[in-house]
Amino acid sequence: MTALRTVQITRRVDPHLSIDTYDPEGELMLLHFGPQHPSTHGVFRMDLYLDGERVVKVVPHVGYLHRAVEKLCETLAYVQITPIVDKNDYVAPMTNEQALNMAFEAALKLEVPRRARWMRTLFAELQRIASHLLWLGTFALDLGGALGGGSTVFLHCFRERELVLDLFEEVTGARFHYNTHTLGGNRHDLPGGWSAKVHAALDIIGPRIDEYEAMTLENRIFLDRTIGVGKLDADLALELGITGPVLRACGVDHDLRRDAPFHAYDEVKVNVVTAPGGDCLARAQVRLGELRESVRLVREMVDAVPEGSINSGKPVKLPVQTKIPPGQVYVAIETPRGELGTYLVSDGTQFPYRLKIRPPSLHALSALPYIIPGGTVSDAVAILGSVDPIMGEVDR
Amino acid sequence: MSEGLVHGAVYSVLIVTVVLTATAMALWFERKFAARLQTRLGPTMVGPSGLLQPVADLLKLLQKEDIVPEKADAAIFNLVPPLAALAALGAAAVVPFSPTVVASDLDVGVLYILAIGAVTVLPIFGAGWSSNNKLALLGGMRAVAQSISYEVPLLLSAMVPIILSGSMRFGAIVQEQADHHWFVVWPFFIGIPAFGIFLLAMLAEANRIPFDIPEAESELVAGVTTEYTGMKFALFYMAEYIHTIVASAVGAALFLGGWDGPFWPGLHWMVLKTLLLFTAVYWIRWSLLRFRSDQLMGLCWKYLVPASVLLVGASAAWVVSR
Repeated sequence: MTALRTVQITRRVDPHLSIDTYDPEGELMLLHFGPQHPSTHGVFRMDLYLDGERVVKVVPHVGYLHRAVEKLCETLAYVQITPIVDKNDYVAPMTNEQALNMAFEAALKLEVPRRARWMRTLFAELQRIASHLLWLGTFALDLGGALGGGSTVFLHCFRERELVLDLFEEVTGARFHYNTHTLGGNRHDLPGGWSAKVHAALDIIGPRIDEYEAMTLENRIFLDRTIGVGKLDADLALELGITGPVLRACGVDHDLRRDAPFHAYDEVKVNVVTAPGGDCLARAQVRLGELRESVRLVREMVDAVPEGSINSGKPVKLPVQTKIPPGQVYVAIETPRGELGTYLVSDGTQFPYRLKIRPPSLHALSALPYIIPGGTVSDAVAILGSVDPIMGEVDR
Repeated sequence: MSEGLVHGAVYSVLIVTVVLTATAMALWFERKFAARLQTRLGPTMVGPSGLLQPVADLLKLLQKEDIVPEKADAAIFNLVPPLAALAALGAAAVVPFSPTVVASDLDVGVLYILAIGAVTVLPIFGAGWSSNNKLALLGGMRAVAQSISYEVPLLLSAMVPIILSGSMRFGAIVQEQADHHWFVVWPFFIGIPAFGIFLLAMLAEANRIPFDIPEAESELVAGVTTEYTGMKFALFYMAEYIHTIVASAVGAALFLGGWDGPFWPGLHWMVLKTLLLFTAVYWIRWSLLRFRSDQLMGLCWKYLVPASVLLVGASAAWVVSR
C-alpha cells in the first residue's frame, strides 16, 4: 500500500484507473470541487482525490449547464438558430455566430461579399481581445482571489473589455448577444466614424496590455504560481484534440486563421503566437501575445474594409423558409479558445436534421485528469483557469 | 495596587471601544481604498461617502440566520468565533498609544503580544476542525502550518528591537527610540530588514494576502469560515481586522518609534504610524496575488528564518560594540 501510494504522488497516474485500485483502504480525501464553487468558471465539477493537499486523481464532470442547444436547433429555422448559439460560448458570442453561419453558407454554397468577410474578421479579432482580457482577469482571480490582487487585475481587464463591447454595441445595438451574422453576410453595416472609435479604443487598450504584462508576466508571485504548473505534452494535447492557445502553448504551431483561412484571413498576414513549455505560464504568454497580435490586426484592417454589399441577398424571399439541400458539411473556425466546429446534416427541409457543435473548451477540459494530478489544490485552480473553459459551450 | 487596577480597567474599556470603532472605520477605509485601486467608487449609498456602510453591514449580518451544520461539533463550532475576536483584542492591551495611554505596560509586553498572537491560530484551527467541512479542514490545516512557521521569523525579528533597547517592555522600547533614533533610521542596516521581515510575518499571522491561504476563497470557497453565517462569521471577520490593526500598532511601536515625533502629541503620531502601516498592508493585499502553501513555507524557512537569525546576531554584535 505504502509503496503504491508513493508511485501515485510522484508520477502521473493513468486517469482512467479506478480509484479503488490504488486506494483500497480509502485513505484519500474526496473533495467535490464544484459545481457551486467560486473558481470553477460556471458550473463545472471536479472530483479531487487528495492526499493532504496533493491531488492524486481528478475526475471531471461536465453537463451541469446542459441546455440541449443542439436538439433545440433541430426545431428552428436556419436564421433562428443564430441567437441561440450566441449563448454557447458566452465570452465570445461573435465567433459562435460566425462558425454557425459559415456552415450554413457552405451548405447553401452562398458566396459572402468581401465587405462582410472583412467585417467578420474584424469582429472576430475584436472579440478575441475581449475574450482574452476576460480570461486574464478570471485567471488572476483564480490565482489571487476575489478579495485581493486578483480582483484588481480582473476589474482592470473588465475596464478595457467594456471598450470593445461599446464598439460592438455601436454596430449591432447589443452589447453581448449580437445576432448580427446571418445567412450570406451580416445584418448590420458599420456606422459612420466607427473606425475612428476603434482606433481610439485600441489607443487605450494597446498600452494597457503592457501594464498587464507588468502585472502578470513580470510578477514574481505570478511566475511562481505558473511556471511548471499543469505541464501538458504536445503529443497528449494533439491526441486529445486540443486546439487554440492551449495547444499553441505546447509549442505546436497550429492556427486555423493561417492554416485554413476563413473570412478575410487569406488577405492579411496572421502571426501565430506560440510558446514552449505547455505550462500555465506558456498559456498566459500565448494569450497575451495574441492580444497584441489582434490589436495589430484590427488596426491594420479597420481602415481597409472594402466597400460593397454586406449581404449576398440570396437565396429566398422569406429567410425563415430557407431550405438547405440534403447533405452534410463541417466548418471550423479559430475562436479565442480554439477550433470551434459546426457539423450540419441536412435532409432538405427548412430545419437542420442534426447540428453538432464541436466546442474547443470541452477538449481542453479533457486534459485535466492528466495534468492536475501531482499538483496541489491551489494548482488545480490555476490549471483549470489556464485552459479557459467556458461551460456554456462545453455543455451546450 | 487598586490604582493600577482602576487604570487598567478604564483604559481597557477605552481601548477596546476605540479599537472596535477603528475596526469598523477600517472596513470602510479599506473598501474605499481598494475601490480606488480598482477603478471603482466603493460604498457611496449609506451615509455621506458611504461612511455608515460598516453599520449597515453589521445590521445585515445580525439579521442572518445562525446555522450550525448538523454534523458539526457544535460546542467548538460556537465557541471559537468569540475566542478569535477576544484573542485579537487581547493583544491591544499592551500597545502603547502614548506615554500614558496604555492599558497595561507589562514588563514582558513583546512576549505577551507574540504569545497571544500565537493563540489566534487556535480558533481558526478549531473552526476548521469542528465545521465538518472538507474545505474548512484544508483551510485549518493550512492555517496551522502557516502560523507555526511564521511564528519563528516573527519572534526573531521582534528580538531585534528587544536586543537594541534591552527591554521587553513596550514603554522602554519606544522610550529608547525617542531618546536616540527610531530603529528603522539607525541602525538602519539592521532595523529596516528586521522591520521588513516583521511586516511579512505579521501579514502571514493576520492571514492577509499574499499569505491568506487559509481562507483562499478562489480555492477553498471561504476556508475555515465556509460554514459560518451571520454574527459568527462577522466575529471572524472582525478578528482579522483587529489583528491587522493591532499588528500595525505593534510594528509602529517596535520599529517606527511608536508615539515619538515632533510637534504633535504622542497619540497623534502613534495613530498616524499605525494607519500608515495598515494602509501598506491593504495596499499589498489589493495588488498582489496569492502564494501557494508550499511556496509560503519555502519563503519562511529558506529565507526569512535564516535572515532573521542573522539579524538577531547582528543586533547583538551592534549592542556589544556600541
